Amino acid sequence: MSFNSTLAFGIAALLCCSDSATAAEFGRQATAEEIKAWNIDVAPDGTGLPDGHGDVARGRQVFEDNCSACHGAKGEGGIADRLAGGRGSLTTDHPVKTVGSFWPYATTLFDYVRRAMPYPAPQTLSDDDTYAVVAYILNLNDIVPADAVLDRSSLPRVKMPNRDGFVPDREFSVITNSRQHQGRKP
Amino acid sequence: MRSPAQNGGRRLTRRGLLGGAASLAGAAAGGSVKADSLLDVPPRGPGAPLSATSERSRYVHQARIPESTPGMRPVDPSVAINSKAPIDKLVGSITPTDLHYERSHSGVPDIDPAQHRLLVHGMVKQQLVFSMDDLRAMPTLSRVAFLECTGNGWENWKTASPDVTVQNTHGLISTNEWTGVPLSYVIDVIGVDPRSTWMLAEGGDGSAVARSIPLTDEIIAEGILAYGQNGEPLRPAHGFPLRLFLPGFEGNLNIKWLRRLKFGDRPFMTRWETARYTQLQADGHARQFQLRQDVNSVITSPSGMMQIRPGYNRITGLAWSGHGRIDRVEISTDGAKTWREAQLAGPVLPKAQTRFQADWVWDGKPTKIVSRSTDDKKQVQPDRAAFIARTGTNALFHYNAQQTWAIDQDGKVRNVLQ
Repeated sequence: MSFNSTLAFGIAALLCCSDSATAAEFGRQATAEEIKAWNIDVAPDGTGLPDGHGDVARGRQVFEDNCSACHGAKGEGGIADRLAGGRGSLTTDHPVKTVGSFWPYATTLFDYVRRAMPYPAPQTLSDDDTYAVVAYILNLNDIVPADAVLDRSSLPRVKMPNRDGFVPDREFSVITNSRQHQGRKP
Repeated sequence: MRSPAQNGGRRLTRRGLLGGAASLAGAAAGGSVKADSLLDVPPRGPGAPLSATSERSRYVHQARIPESTPGMRPVDPSVAINSKAPIDKLVGSITPTDLHYERSHSGVPDIDPAQHRLLVHGMVKQQLVFSMDDLRAMPTLSRVAFLECTGNGWENWKTASPDVTVQNTHGLISTNEWTGVPLSYVIDVIGVDPRSTWMLAEGGDGSAVARSIPLTDEIIAEGILAYGQNGEPLRPAHGFPLRLFLPGFEGNLNIKWLRRLKFGDRPFMTRWETARYTQLQADGHARQFQLRQDVNSVITSPSGMMQIRPGYNRITGLAWSGHGRIDRVEISTDGAKTWREAQLAGPVLPKAQTRFQADWVWDGKPTKIVSRSTDDKKQVQPDRAAFIARTGTNALFHYNAQQTWAIDQDGKVRNVLQ
């Protein structure tokens, strides 16, 4: 441990705790490389999206190779969820919740495909292929055109049809806690 | 507190008690011969040798049922998405560990605790990696609390299958003692930025389930990084070696196989809090971050597919609330026309299942029985009509309407909407 990080630990210990224990007694510092490898979430503003890009045509091939066995050739569903269609069904007695009819953020689709798919071998698609298959699924839903190319700059700008379809529960729409007042002079 | 006999309004005969007890399908495991005379009871003799672990009696048969989405049964275990606890056969308020309901999104990973790590990062002073040894060296606490899948009760949103049991309708809830490190301790130790209001918790399963946790005072104070369950390390199905446990909050937030906590100042909008566990209302909008499990109860005996006889019947069931402690449970034996208070059998713990019971003498005429609970925050379990009027029938999750069981002239108990 470097002198600087030791010093940082000491300052953290002084600042943080009502308890006698300090961070220095438990665990170790995460390296930048470790955080990069595990920090896989993608936010609606695009934070967390990697370099790379993919288009609809490549995405069709990725989908056929990795996804269609469970989700159907055109995302119509099978042993796993239907991915396309269902627009206009949310107020009927049989709502069809798909990427196109329900998901509010295109970034969430990238996040989910990257972390969880394909089911038998998650986190094995390249970033380019993840962008591509996301483009293909969005195209199946008529959300992006057939010649669309998605990357870290264009994906967050995709407006999902049901973007405004969610109402946060009143209890958790604004989060406050007594920690927010710590360190402020009374 | 009144005794069950006093609650029934009359003194009970021995004959009535025996008839009633035999009729409760959940009370007796079936097949055993009743000794009518003490002289018929088998003689004593040497028993089995001591053993490393205790097995259930060979006369007791109870197991979870692997199931899928509403109305789909029977389900091949290989395609099941949850496994329901046999709450019709359980007694008291604690669920045996091996019968605790189970839900996972990509199977149960086989994790060596020596290789398991928890990364804490984001809006913190120190980005740290903890081993299980680190976590077990920290201060610890234990808490008895329920855990409930947000899909519990989802069989009855649109229709009521008459041939289901209470295990089918309400088996996605269990109560255990959970042991681990207080979330508040970890937050203090790592020096979370006071401006952080949301925490992403992520699992080590194949789908890397991840949820945004609002950092309210309640969640900070009550959250546990749990490594123990009913006095032993977590079972793999329940998150071994480490899970998040948030008393009173929907099951999916209680991330199993926990390996990452990331602190931020807004929700992360994962698939599970947008596309999945949001509640579609009748107007087409979806309620998001409806995270608390509402006040609920169900009569577990007599319940679906049981058979009762006229005369004395003991009604028993379970009540719970993510708001706090169960204050009272009322039961109706005339289809919600009149209500009387049931006895809480105790212990009555906040955010834990509470056993209730009441005496009932059935006159042999078709009727319906219902329970409704009220918690210490004055939340009252809604009747189905009011609940559906408010929510519609498309929400899928967070169903907590009163459960009605219909009893026909033959004493058969069936699931009905109301």
